[in-house]
Amino acid sequence: MTAGSGVDGVPVRVRLNGEEVTRSVEPRLLLSDFLRHGMGLTGTHVGCEHGVCGACTILVDGEPARACLMLAVQADGREITTVEGLTPGPAPPGPDDPALHPIQRAFRDTHALQCGFCTPGILMTTAAFLAETPRPSRAEIREALSGHLCRCTGYHHIVDGVARAAELLAAGEGAS
Amino acid sequence: MLGTRLPRLEDPRLLTGRARFIDDIEPPGTLHVAFVRSDLPHARIADIDVAKATRHPGVAAVVTADDLGELCRPGPVLVPPPPVEGAVFHARTPLPLARAVVRYQGEAIAAVVADSRYVAEDAAALVGVDLTPLDSVGDYERALDPDAPLVHPDLGSNLAARVRQTKGDYEVARREAAVVVSRTFRYDRGVAAAIENRGIIAEWDGGGGSLTVWDTTQAPIPVRNGLAALFGLPESRVRVIAPFIGGGFGPKVMFYGEEIVVPWLAMRLGRPVKWIEDRYENFFATTQERAQTHEAELALDGEGRILGVRDRFVHDTGAYDSYGLTVPINTQCTLLGPYRVPAYDSAFDVVFTNTPIVTPVRGAGRQHGVFVIERLLDFAAREIDLNVVEIRSRNLLEPHEFPHDHGILYQDSASLTYDSGDYQPALEEAARRIGFDGFDDERRRAAGEGRLLGLGLACYVEGTGIGPYEGARVTVEPGGTVSVATGVGTQGQGHFTAFAQLVADELGVDPARVRVVTGDTAEFHWGTGTFASRGAVVAGSAVHSAAVTVRGKILAHAARALEVDPTDLELADGAARVRGAPDVSIDLGELALRANPLRGAVEPGTEPGLEATSYFGPAAGSTASGVHAVIVEVDPDTSLVEILRYVVVHDCGTVINPMIVDGQIHGGVALGIGNAFFEELVLDEYGGLSNASFMDYLLPTATDVPDIETAHIETPSPLNPLGAKGVGEAGAIPVAAVFAQAVESALRDGAPGLEILGAPLGPGKLFELRRMAPTDAAGAHS
Repeated sequence: MTAGSGVDGVPVRVRLNGEEVTRSVEPRLLLSDFLRHGMGLTGTHVGCEHGVCGACTILVDGEPARACLMLAVQADGREITTVEGLTPGPAPPGPDDPALHPIQRAFRDTHALQCGFCTPGILMTTAAFLAETPRPSRAEIREALSGHLCRCTGYHHIVDGVARAAELLAAGEGAS
Repeated sequence: MLGTRLPRLEDPRLLTGRARFIDDIEPPGTLHVAFVRSDLPHARIADIDVAKATRHPGVAAVVTADDLGELCRPGPVLVPPPPVEGAVFHARTPLPLARAVVRYQGEAIAAVVADSRYVAEDAAALVGVDLTPLDSVGDYERALDPDAPLVHPDLGSNLAARVRQTKGDYEVARREAAVVVSRTFRYDRGVAAAIENRGIIAEWDGGGGSLTVWDTTQAPIPVRNGLAALFGLPESRVRVIAPFIGGGFGPKVMFYGEEIVVPWLAMRLGRPVKWIEDRYENFFATTQERAQTHEAELALDGEGRILGVRDRFVHDTGAYDSYGLTVPINTQCTLLGPYRVPAYDSAFDVVFTNTPIVTPVRGAGRQHGVFVIERLLDFAAREIDLNVVEIRSRNLLEPHEFPHDHGILYQDSASLTYDSGDYQPALEEAARRIGFDGFDDERRRAAGEGRLLGLGLACYVEGTGIGPYEGARVTVEPGGTVSVATGVGTQGQGHFTAFAQLVADELGVDPARVRVVTGDTAEFHWGTGTFASRGAVVAGSAVHSAAVTVRGKILAHAARALEVDPTDLELADGAARVRGAPDVSIDLGELALRANPLRGAVEPGTEPGLEATSYFGPAAGSTASGVHAVIVEVDPDTSLVEILRYVVVHDCGTVINPMIVDGQIHGGVALGIGNAFFEELVLDEYGGLSNASFMDYLLPTATDVPDIETAHIETPSPLNPLGAKGVGEAGAIPVAAVFAQAVESALRDGAPGLEILGAPLGPGKLFELRRMAPTDAAGAHS
């Protein structure tokens, strides 16, 4: 019971970053709160709680979705990927040098993030976008990013980052 | 490493979701707070009934102003007003929780503490607040009307401050002028809209008598000192940690009531207490910026040379003026721009209104001044028949005129003096890059195809890197890594990387081996914070200075260890080695061990370790500058404006990391584009806000902001050892001015008399302006 209001829990079973997870949750619990506070996956950030900023974007059955606009119970039976699931394999012990997905590497190389708060959501959208559109134009990239608000970067370097990620993925690079 | 495009060292943590932001932190047993806020902009609090909420299952406490006791007193004025002769300043600062009266919509009235945020919000809805509406003033232009309702009745008027600064004799300038242009300009309100809202977590260790506070603040050390004073604790028993912060942009430098209430609750309840602001709250409870109205006049000779400027403006500070005069003083000073202005007469009134509190937001009032002077120059250029580049060129300060003292006071109470600059090459470069010379032909060609293209170009300066000071400690660890601690908070500016680059250069180590800690008062507790584009300049200079001292210690120890003269040594690859004989070397880690002996005698006066702490306090700020240029296309039917190209030529002195600087500029321009065209807080005449969501308050998206072409000119600042000038706010400053000029240029043929005298413009307002312009095609058929 994450929200702790005394209401009876409803069982939810999801495949979360490749692992089967079953929990009992309050019916009104937001999926974003379930992931962050129930499962400790704090990489998914919450910026507006009304589905506009895109910071909480995750993949539900491979499609980008706003975790703040879904209830945890609606995720029952679904496959969910968060930013923590983008990087394959367990995280190494050191804080500064974890394995990076090619999209993450591309974002680092192009300075596609500043405060990094909106970044996890953008990475998830990018993963789905590049799977469908492996060789995008800059205009297509901008369109794909238009559901995300970033207040730091002015988007230019994010567009560079997505373009660079497409190159890395096309060159067949896996996670480092 | 100085000047290299080093990828950021903090990025892997951020990219994998492992960086800890405020809401990622939750000590065991944490209670959660929801605030009850005023729905009305001005009201008497007749009654607060907390009984029902208190009885709600899961609720630990419901508190109001009365419960706070002694703590419920007005906060300090955070920035003392500069000592301008004759200035009036009435300080009125908010209480942590409102008592008796609320003066703006969203002012906090009660705090509900519960097992979860969900339950806290349930119970907040059960708090019965009986508000008796009072007459309110939402329109700042009417705040000084004789019949205006009073925000602080004890003052007898809504005047918060009145300041006049002058140089030369404007009346003489005006008499001698060949051309005088005057206009009224309005620059409206906006929010900073960091994607992460504010948040505070407090944990009280009653046994140890120590308080730990995690806080999304740009200024952790002042918050620590403020809390220690309020709670009567030694400063050393209060630790404030600013974790990774999801954007600051100014408002997170404030000291808010929530920052008092949440720690107080933790101390009172003996459990960790957490509050995370939601987006709706952020639109009211986090400070805002911008509303000003200027009546300005520019006097020029027949060749377009500025003889003088007169400006009278009203600045809306909202319900309180806790941040002093920083914003309007910035406006007053920045209006002078990169120009030679022999006579200046500028006076402003700051007024209280029943609206959310106004404090600096990226740009911090500078954009208003730039808008006024740049627009006046545009209108003057039309009258004298000069082009927009030429009229600016004729007025730019020349390199031999630096340092240039304007003879008025800046926000840091120092004289407004430009340290260095070279403005003409920046103007020429911007004009060249945007294609100014051939543009009129291009515009006509496009017009023939029914497309409305326009070009805009504007100059600006930004006073950056002000005092008082920052400090840093640099330590070589026994493992050979280097630790750096500084007091400023960081909100995405790349401090972890830029400071590592500075240290890496001095100590000859890989920047990846330099670990930077910012914003934790247990690591470093002297300093003021991140504001006024000062992190790299002031804290960077302190880091540099500490690294220089550590370098000296390394060389002394290594010389003894290797039995050579220090001057024969070089530092590279994490070791001290003999020049020309690189195999005669000793690792920095080994030296650090030797510098901390466990036994034996040491020479008197020596200090252990390879460590140094240094401070840097500039006598005055360094002045960055630049030129922005844009090409826009206006949709003839909808009046939507598309930005086709955007060029920034910028001078922030020595560039530490060009990639980070570009990023700062891009982000500033995007915020400026929002300010210029998309973002507008819609406040009614009573102070009620009607668009408090991202559905209705429009931030620019990736399809609204173009790629931004940047070029750097470097005139190093003589005021700090790095030669650096700040860059954090520059991008945002001139955007509304270039934008307005460009849109007018695009509409020149259809609506030659159309003038844009305010920001934000917005497609709706532009449509109206075009409709009102008599020769406009849109007006003819509407």
